[in-house]
Amino acid sequence: MEITKELAIKLLKQMMEIRQFEDMIMELLAKNIAEGGSHLYAGMEAVAVGAISVINPDDYITSTHRGHGHAIAKDGDLKALMAEILGKKTGVCKGKGGSLHLADLSKGNLGANGIVGGGIGIATGAGLSIKLKKENKVVLCFFGDGATNNGIFFECLNMASLWKLPVIYICENNKYAMSVSVERSHAVKDITKKALAFDIPSENVDGQDVLAVREVVEKWVNYARQGNGPSFIVANTYRYYGHSRSDPRVYRTREEEKFWRERDPIIIFGNKMKEMGILNEEEINQIEEEVKKEIEEAVDFAIKSPYPEPEELYTDLYV
Amino acid sequence: MRIITYRQALNEALDEEMARDPRVFLFGEDIAIYGGAYGVTAGLWQKYGDERVIDTPISENGIIGTALGAALTGLRPVAEIMYIDFIGLCMDQLNNQVAKIRYMFGGKCRVPLVIRTEGGAGRTLGAHHSQSLESWLIHIPGIKVVMPATPYDAKGLLKSAIRDDNPVVFIEHKMLYNTKGEVPEEEYLVPIGVSDIKKEGKDVTIVTYSRMLLFSLEAAKILEKEGISVEVIDLRTLLPMDIETVVKSVKKTNRVVIVEEDCKTGGTGAEIGMQIIENAFDYLDAPIIRVAGADVPMPKSPVLEKLAIPDVERICKVVKDVLK
Ligand SMILES: Cc1ncc(C[n+]2csc(CCOP(=O)(O)OP(=O)(O)O)c2C)c(N)n1
Ligand SMILES: [Mg+2]
Repeated sequence: MEITKELAIKLLKQMMEIRQFEDMIMELLAKNIAEGGSHLYAGMEAVAVGAISVINPDDYITSTHRGHGHAIAKDGDLKALMAEILGKKTGVCKGKGGSLHLADLSKGNLGANGIVGGGIGIATGAGLSIKLKKENKVVLCFFGDGATNNGIFFECLNMASLWKLPVIYICENNKYAMSVSVERSHAVKDITKKALAFDIPSENVDGQDVLAVREVVEKWVNYARQGNGPSFIVANTYRYYGHSRSDPRVYRTREEEKFWRERDPIIIFGNKMKEMGILNEEEINQIEEEVKKEIEEAVDFAIKSPYPEPEELYTDLYV
Repeated sequence: MRIITYRQALNEALDEEMARDPRVFLFGEDIAIYGGAYGVTAGLWQKYGDERVIDTPISENGIIGTALGAALTGLRPVAEIMYIDFIGLCMDQLNNQVAKIRYMFGGKCRVPLVIRTEGGAGRTLGAHHSQSLESWLIHIPGIKVVMPATPYDAKGLLKSAIRDDNPVVFIEHKMLYNTKGEVPEEEYLVPIGVSDIKKEGKDVTIVTYSRMLLFSLEAAKILEKEGISVEVIDLRTLLPMDIETVVKSVKKTNRVVIVEEDCKTGGTGAEIGMQIIENAFDYLDAPIIRVAGADVPMPKSPVLEKLAIPDVERICKVVKDVLK
């Protein structure tokens, strides 16, 4: 796959944005500046960034409870996302949704979801809408390994295949659903096999390699745009942090964590760009510095933003 | 007496009932090595093993259906739905199967099934992790609905629920897990379907349950200093509802405030209020007033979340209003 310097910078920068955004949220949670929970995407950046980089601005995505990465990759505004997570008026959902409900329909992000599997129906319906309206768009539907054990997954994959809907189902297999490993909760360990039941083509991809993700997703996006119907991709990846802030991670070993941290998507891609002579060390450091500044500005904006006015409690319920 | 947390009290109840009856087993998401999202089942998997503390896939509908099948055939499952917000995913199993099967089968079976879950706002988790959905459940004949507010009641009621031969939905509150209270060392049960006067008074009756009990007691304390004597009744069980205790109190105070966290419209307070009217209308000297949750999905923003549920100040104000 051809890779221009411009694209390399975009991919690297987005992955760094997500990583630093998540590290910052962890800090804000520790300082009690951010309240409530947040499921962090650190370690999984290559999946959202790689996949979303091959679709158009007017294509759709649906996201998950671990949705900051998808939102950033779908051209999310860092300031508005950060403000949303702090429940501020300037947030992308006016402070009403929070971390679990980041959404920006103007950018084709049909939303994160507090319900595991909650986005699968929405993605399938968006696919139906594209088909009925005879548009040439596609939907990327992100969800975790755990979500493929819920009923909605089976119901929707059946419909998508039956009606040949332009939906690319992307399972982010980070090996665990909270504390429960794939081993302990899935009858089939190779999750791609679940698509066989619906005659949906499926394949595994290295979720730590942003270029590999791009290549596979691009292939199935083209397939969908040509009217061939859905596909199912399992991106094998890992989340660095615990499931949520309070998770002591007793269900996995430090060795396993180390193994995955050594397969860091940002480092892998940076090294590759250096090897290929597309970016040099200095340029990479410069991108990192730029991102650092952006994140600081986003936090500053979010912290200084006001909370919603009390009257906002009752607005937005009905049209 | 010994002081322990609500979480610990629940854990002891599970432990004691599992030790007492080998048919009891736990069934739900992240309840084994993780010990439950809020730590209630901590240590039980280590003690009782994989066959009595079973981590399930994320399959709520399947969890309740499977638990029902096990209950029908001689076991006594304690299933867990991590947040009550996910109850919709298994509502068909709960409403159409669990609740109705005994009646439909002419009373020829028993469903000794407990569904533990957790609800309520307070952690700014937003619209999918903060709801109070008990009123959906009290509309289902055939199940019992229990909502304890104190560690003592939590333990005694959970033990009763596990020993009950009927399906019981046991709803905990996320903001209560760390609260502490007296719990005796020796075994005791708290009966299902009996409310409890948590504070005696003579001017006005507050009827409440779950976390709102704590808010109501705080309000009662403040009002006491202003010379207003409030009786606070903790319903503890919403279905079947012990309205007699409430009626007795109303006959004494002649005034009622209902404090509930769930959305006001079609909420639990509507049922409580109507039962009071049906049973004690002649004794009321003022309209019944509800202090309830706002009729909106729970907003994330901490400032809006606080406004969306009752607070102590509002309870005090409403109590004064009914005394005017
Ligand atoms: C229907 C439903 N059940 C349970 C939960 C609680 N929960 C939130 S995230 C999660 C694990 C999800 O695992 P997976 O789909 O693999 O996504 P990951 O967190 O690993 O990204 C669980 C059990 C929920 N939010 N919704
Ligand atoms: Mg997972």
